[in-house]
Amino acid sequence: MKFDTPAGTNPIDQLTVVGKPTDRIDGPLKTTGTAPYAYERHDVVAGQAYGHVLGAAIAKGRITRMDMADAQAAPGVITIVTAETAGPLGKGKWNTAKLLGGPDIQHYHQAVALVVAETFEQARDAASLIKVDYQAEPGAYDLAAAREGATEAKGEPDTGAGDFHSAFAAAPVQLDATYTTPDQSHAMMEPHASIAAWNGDKLTLWTANQMIRWGVKDVAQTLNIPEENIRLISPYIGGGFGGKLFVRSDALLAALGAKAAGRPVKVALHRPLIVNNTTHRPATIQRIRIGATKDGKITAIGHESWSGDLPDGKPETAVQQTRLLYAGANRLTAMRLAVLDLPEGNAMRAPGEAPGLMALEIAMDEMAEKLGMDPIQFRILNDTQVDPEKPGRPFSQRQLIACLQQGAERFGWARRKPTPASVREGRWLVGMGVAAGFRNNLVTKSAARVRLDGQGVVTVETDMTDIGTGTYTIIAQTAAETMGVPLDKVVVRLGDSRFPVSCGSGGQWGANNATAGVYAACMTLRQAVAQKLGFNATEPRFADGQVSSGGHAVPLALAAKDGEMAAEDGIEYADLHKRYQQSTFAGHFVEVGVDAATGEVRLRRMLAVCAAGRILNPKSARSQVIGAMTMGAGAALMEELAVDKRRGFFVNHDLAGYEVPAHADIPHQEVIFLDEVDPISSPMKAKGVGELGICGVGAAVANAIYNATGVRVRDYPITLDKLLDHLPEIA
Amino acid sequence: MRPFTYERAASPADAAAKAASIPGAHFIAGGTNLLDLMKLQIETPAHLIDVNGLGLDTIEETPDGGLRIGALVRNTDLAADARVRRHYGVLSRALVAGASGQLRNVATTAGNLLQRTRCPYFYDPNQPCNKRQPGSGCSAIGGVTRSLGVIGTSNACIATHPSDMAVAMRVLDATVETVRPDGGSRAIPIADLHRLPGDAPHVETVLERGELITAVTLPRPVGGAQLYHKVRDRASYAFALVSVAAIVQPDGGDGGGNGIAWGRVALGGVAPKPWRVEAAEAHLKQGAKQTTALLLAGARPTPDNAFKIKLAERTLAAVLREARA
Ligand SMILES: Cc1cc2nc3c(=O)[nH]c(=O)nc-3n(C[C@H](O)[C@H](O)[C@H](O)COP(=O)(O)OP(=O)(O)OC[C@H]3O[C@@H](n4cnc5c(N)ncnc54)[C@H](O)[C@@H]3O)c2cc1C
Ligand code: SF4
Repeated sequence: MKFDTPAGTNPIDQLTVVGKPTDRIDGPLKTTGTAPYAYERHDVVAGQAYGHVLGAAIAKGRITRMDMADAQAAPGVITIVTAETAGPLGKGKWNTAKLLGGPDIQHYHQAVALVVAETFEQARDAASLIKVDYQAEPGAYDLAAAREGATEAKGEPDTGAGDFHSAFAAAPVQLDATYTTPDQSHAMMEPHASIAAWNGDKLTLWTANQMIRWGVKDVAQTLNIPEENIRLISPYIGGGFGGKLFVRSDALLAALGAKAAGRPVKVALHRPLIVNNTTHRPATIQRIRIGATKDGKITAIGHESWSGDLPDGKPETAVQQTRLLYAGANRLTAMRLAVLDLPEGNAMRAPGEAPGLMALEIAMDEMAEKLGMDPIQFRILNDTQVDPEKPGRPFSQRQLIACLQQGAERFGWARRKPTPASVREGRWLVGMGVAAGFRNNLVTKSAARVRLDGQGVVTVETDMTDIGTGTYTIIAQTAAETMGVPLDKVVVRLGDSRFPVSCGSGGQWGANNATAGVYAACMTLRQAVAQKLGFNATEPRFADGQVSSGGHAVPLALAAKDGEMAAEDGIEYADLHKRYQQSTFAGHFVEVGVDAATGEVRLRRMLAVCAAGRILNPKSARSQVIGAMTMGAGAALMEELAVDKRRGFFVNHDLAGYEVPAHADIPHQEVIFLDEVDPISSPMKAKGVGELGICGVGAAVANAIYNATGVRVRDYPITLDKLLDHLPEIA
Repeated sequence: MRPFTYERAASPADAAAKAASIPGAHFIAGGTNLLDLMKLQIETPAHLIDVNGLGLDTIEETPDGGLRIGALVRNTDLAADARVRRHYGVLSRALVAGASGQLRNVATTAGNLLQRTRCPYFYDPNQPCNKRQPGSGCSAIGGVTRSLGVIGTSNACIATHPSDMAVAMRVLDATVETVRPDGGSRAIPIADLHRLPGDAPHVETVLERGELITAVTLPRPVGGAQLYHKVRDRASYAFALVSVAAIVQPDGGDGGGNGIAWGRVALGGVAPKPWRVEAAEAHLKQGAKQTTALLLAGARPTPDNAFKIKLAERTLAAVLREARA
């Protein structure tokens, strides 16, 4: 199905199933522990051996010698895989560093060996018996120090409009400030894990992967085998946040291990390895300049960002939202990329916007204060309904103002004291903060197969993944709505490369595109069904398990009485996304208390008002948003991969050292979705929401801390040591 | 994890004797610290002696009106004990500020005292660490040190002792009772249990090889406001950046000072052991600034953790304010 004109009225608009706060259809499996994750697929193939990954002990250099004798001789050891034994390997398109290092080492904990043994404990013990000699080389590990040498990244030119420099220089009110965000880790619950089994030259991988199609291609490219010989199966994923967009060393090494062992091998990355072995959100240094008239109109806005990555890596696109969020005739964005020898930087929930808004939305707060304006008023005044770099391109929908205004009302923003440090409740300094949330809506093609059987059961198959987001449920809702059957007549099967290729899960594009693809396949099936049942002239109605037209009704199941009916189709997008800017918006509101003695920050209330097109399932969407708000709070207050700048690695590489919010950190969270449909996004009229929830939260927390204390911290995370010197004397 | 053998000890004396004579033997209590370290091969015991079944899990009153806490009493049970809550509130508060409910259900009194440091470099076997591998060097010094110690440290090691419970026991003047491999027993004031690192940071206590902790005794209650204030980066399930255990007797406002008749204070999160300097306590009447100045005199912080000094002072100030209120 080609989507080339804005959606008219269609079966989804009935909203009998779609749009309802339905419980997850996979909920019972999850809560009873019976949804099998990759590492738990004990049943799928017999004789599974255990692989344990050994990570490099240096950040940069070469292996000069590997002594495997003790490990080989250890009890239970079946085989050991290294770059040397594996032979020539390619590298996946989505990987920057090699997944199996040696003799050259590109980053700390890069995999250098896999020990395969009869038991997990034997494999782990033997891995520690491998003796590796290294020749270390000096590397670059400090972004601030490497900033000078950073260059323009390939494919990421500077953007702008008008004459930023003159306009900024001439602006009566100016802000020029620099902000930093640290490296962060996805810290998902389920570690990267895979089971590999070969059957001749055919490989099956049960794995945890957000993007099945990318995975197949990259495994093929790395192993130098045809794509047809690879099957990836990933029906349940215990969180990804971008950390499982790409094939990682668990999958590659399981495949190599299974080949070498001559039997299936399972590999999970152990927790202390994950941080440095896999990807992370790169740190940024961001300079923001805003010039405005005295009455608060932005005349110049500039955002530059520096980040680092391994050679041939990519920048953190932290300036993305600044191209689109606020009006202003004179504009500049620029990204510079430094070469760092830290582990590979890559996508983490809302790459670009998440750290970008952490900076931009403090800058807006600072600017509002300079202007003596309410920060919400300042944002409203500078709203734009068109792409400010290309004013001929309108937004498909943009209700940022409504988000901010409704949020202000709901949150009691009017009670906020504009003068910082003016509210005290016992030991707490109390403040409120606001920030705009913004994240683009990305459209990308997505296909599905839909089958109807003689019982009237509709089965949907697509290689789409559910990374804990609720995909199973919204796909079932879409199919139920379109085929006119109750939810319990729909079976959803996901995450298998044998199924039609979907958009996958990432960039909050999953919900809208995957359901649109299912909708397309269902519409094709409807046509075939209508024909089969003899509804030739008119488009019949599909509802309540019946197909009907003009008083004539036939059970849907009848269409499959002589055998299953199936249809495969997908959604493909023409150029509406080029003609219209498609984005999602939020107003984030936060109240904090700061302990006047210790500087400990504790959140008291959080509210997000979101405008993100049709909300397919308010319950799962809310879960996404509150989870993202929690992650945003973590980014604001505690999450930081601490870099050892001498040795070149993230030191706090386990969940004791890398702190993410605990329950006690998260207060009452409220989420409001504006009633919105966006016919330009897809036939579903929906957009993404899973990343919008994190975008802007950090700055709302930072602004609330400023309002509470009068201390402006521009370096995340805002830990108490950054406040301590500025807190009031204790009586 | 290295292969190991396992046995359940028959009696405390049996446990101690075996632990001293069997090469590579180690006690296991709740296992919440030891097993994690074994998985990482930071501890590689060849033989585990399980001390859970020795009946050391009761809390009894002592003849002089104190409490004797069995070495195997779980942190949860200790925190919830009515006598502890009534008379030793600082201990109860410290316990519930530590770890998580699940961990406290398993963690024991002795295991908690003997838990090892949380220095991140200690946990990474690729990195030199004098505590883990004597003589290999300290990779934390000059590296990431925000959570590490500011006082009592040495050029060989700047790690802290992570226990909350031990800090409270320190202000309570607890005594550690042990059984030695030869069957004899001794009582060690808690102040003397942990050693400062000096040039041998791997030797963390004065316990001899095989010596088993059987109990911790608390002297008769001293009254006062008993507070434990733990400061951390997240609201729960995190080790202390700084913690203050204090027993403060307010003077009812007629003492002429700042409302304090007498007090005791110990700090956590700053040193290789619970940090208490009795001589500083006379200055509590003058306030937190003077007290902390003495308590942390001679501190050698790193640029990353120098904030702990101010934090300790301010936290103590808040605690004193609360005690008077
Ligand atoms: C995630 C996490 C968070 C934590 N957070 C905190 C926190 O915030 N605050 C805090 O204080 N603690 C915290 N802890 C540490 C926890 O309190 C300790 O792990 C626990 O108290 C250890 O007790 P255990 O009985 O499990 O000891 P084990 O692991 O069984 O033993 C620890 C050590 O003590 C020795 N040992 C045990 N019993 C005896 C005995 N009777 N005599 C001689 N030696 C003995 C063992 O040989 C071993 O060396 C945390 C732990 C974890 C895993
Ligand atoms: S501070 Fe102590 S525990 Fe940490 S690395 Fe140095 S020697 Fe090891």
